[in-house]
Amino acid sequence: MPEVSFGPNLLADLAQMWSLPFMVNAFRAGTLVAVLAALAGYFVVLRRQTFAAHTLSVVGFPGATAAAWLGWSVTGGYLAASVAAAAVFALRPRATGRRQRAESAVIGTAAAFALACGFLFSTRSQGSVDGTTALLFGSVLGISTGQVVTLTWLAVVVLVLLTVVARPLLFGSLDPVVARAGGVPVRLLDAGFLVTLGAVIAMTAQITGALLVFALLVLPAATAQRLTARPLRAALVAVAIAVATTWVALTATFYTPYPVGFWLADLAFAGFVLATGVGAVRGRWHRSGRVAAVPAMVVGGTP
Amino acid sequence: MTPALVMTDVAVRAGRRLLWSGLTAQLQPGEFTAVLGPNGAGKSTLIKAVLGLHPLAAGRLTVLGGAPGESNREIGYLPQRRSVDPTLRVRGIDIVRLGLDGHRYGLPLPGRGARRAAAEVDALVELVGATGWAHRPVGELSGGEQQRLLIAQALARRPRLLLLDEPLDALDLANQAAIAGLIGRICTDRQVSVVMVAHDVNPILPYLDRVLYLANGRVATGPPGAVITSETLTALLGAPIEVLSTADGRLVVVGQPEAPHLHSARHRDEAPQPGGGGRA
Repeated sequence: MPEVSFGPNLLADLAQMWSLPFMVNAFRAGTLVAVLAALAGYFVVLRRQTFAAHTLSVVGFPGATAAAWLGWSVTGGYLAASVAAAAVFALRPRATGRRQRAESAVIGTAAAFALACGFLFSTRSQGSVDGTTALLFGSVLGISTGQVVTLTWLAVVVLVLLTVVARPLLFGSLDPVVARAGGVPVRLLDAGFLVTLGAVIAMTAQITGALLVFALLVLPAATAQRLTARPLRAALVAVAIAVATTWVALTATFYTPYPVGFWLADLAFAGFVLATGVGAVRGRWHRSGRVAAVPAMVVGGTP
Repeated sequence: MTPALVMTDVAVRAGRRLLWSGLTAQLQPGEFTAVLGPNGAGKSTLIKAVLGLHPLAAGRLTVLGGAPGESNREIGYLPQRRSVDPTLRVRGIDIVRLGLDGHRYGLPLPGRGARRAAAEVDALVELVGATGWAHRPVGELSGGEQQRLLIAQALARRPRLLLLDEPLDALDLANQAAIAGLIGRICTDRQVSVVMVAHDVNPILPYLDRVLYLANGRVATGPPGAVITSETLTALLGAPIEVLSTADGRLVVVGQPEAPHLHSARHRDEAPQPGGGGRA
């Protein structure tokens, strides 16, 4: 690799990075993944499915290492495992109350078991420790042009699906009982969303690694929801945050000795902390200005 | 005019247990009907049966001239109150808007249709008197404020039938009276048939046309003055009940075998059948 250095001329810096094909592919794949993860993440945060999302990303790891062991496509193995796990989630009867709490313990146990299996497979295969680290914590290396093409097709399908079901999915996420009574096929949408989420997570993990998927899936969406309560705007802000995070993280990875997973997760986290601070300040300002605007009758209502 | 609801000798079960039977009534547009009775008597199940979400064990039920579940798009439904997550970051008007077009696929295109939808949502918000807080995240609102927005959502598709499951629960007295008045006004102004499950009949008593009183597997129907009497309730509940009328027209039901007795009976019955009525 030629000597690289970051200078004040940002265009020259970008040109320097993009003279290397693997960085171009990393930016292409990273941007696609950021858009999808942020959109899916908006619903994940709204539906309180972060635990399920985490499990799907962890379950992909043994799929990827098993594929590597058997000499198959690592990406394919990851995708197959997380989509299969999502299908299992989707097909199980919906648990509520006490059963849900018992179920979350079962899922947690299964996730630990999956991680352990993945570790076993990775020690059996010829792969290096570096390969395992990349699967868990992300990498910008080794994204081929073929993978970018596959990602593009998957991204188009997922984008179309999410756009088509956006409103019924939002309705079903916020109020499943009323949505179902009003003719929204809530159960079908729930199942379809989980399977789509499995695919999005598998794509995201190609950049972020299995353990840092949240950096693009949950953090941008959670940050956006702190900044705005409008659904469409929040989804678009989440996309903007995720894409910006990815671009800055990839640039920082290129010009510094630190890995991409570190930059992605830390930048996304910094954005979240900043938005929480902004939200707290704005909230206090709203509350202090609000009292006079509310009719006297409701002031006595439950806070 | 088509009656909103025609019930002929209807019965429903929860699992193997017969909840109630012999319900016969006809509800007209613009009529306000209250569904009363002790906890676990099957009041919410009646609402679910009307929506086609709970099967009938016997009898015939015609909803807006068709079978239950066929015309749900012409029904406004407000389920029993669940707490809204205080961290939910979605605005009140977005919740109302979902009632209007939340079932539609694709995204709304900007233009005349979008402006008309926005204007309709604003009108609904104004109708329920929620203009002051409709643009704030719902999680931050009080119970009464949320309830008004949910009523606006239920009204969004100009329903001919409004099913409300304990909408006054967990509200303070001032809000109970205000929302009861609002629903009474909507009922007559828009000629909507309202069916409201209620725990306390007093806030809605001035607006009521009919009462369906469910207890001990049986049903008493009629105008409130005929059903909420010492004789009818004593016969229905199987225990000595006295109904007293106060000077301001309120009713006090004394000796009602309320929650403890019936509640424990319900849990004993339902416990061995997890597939039964537990999944609300």
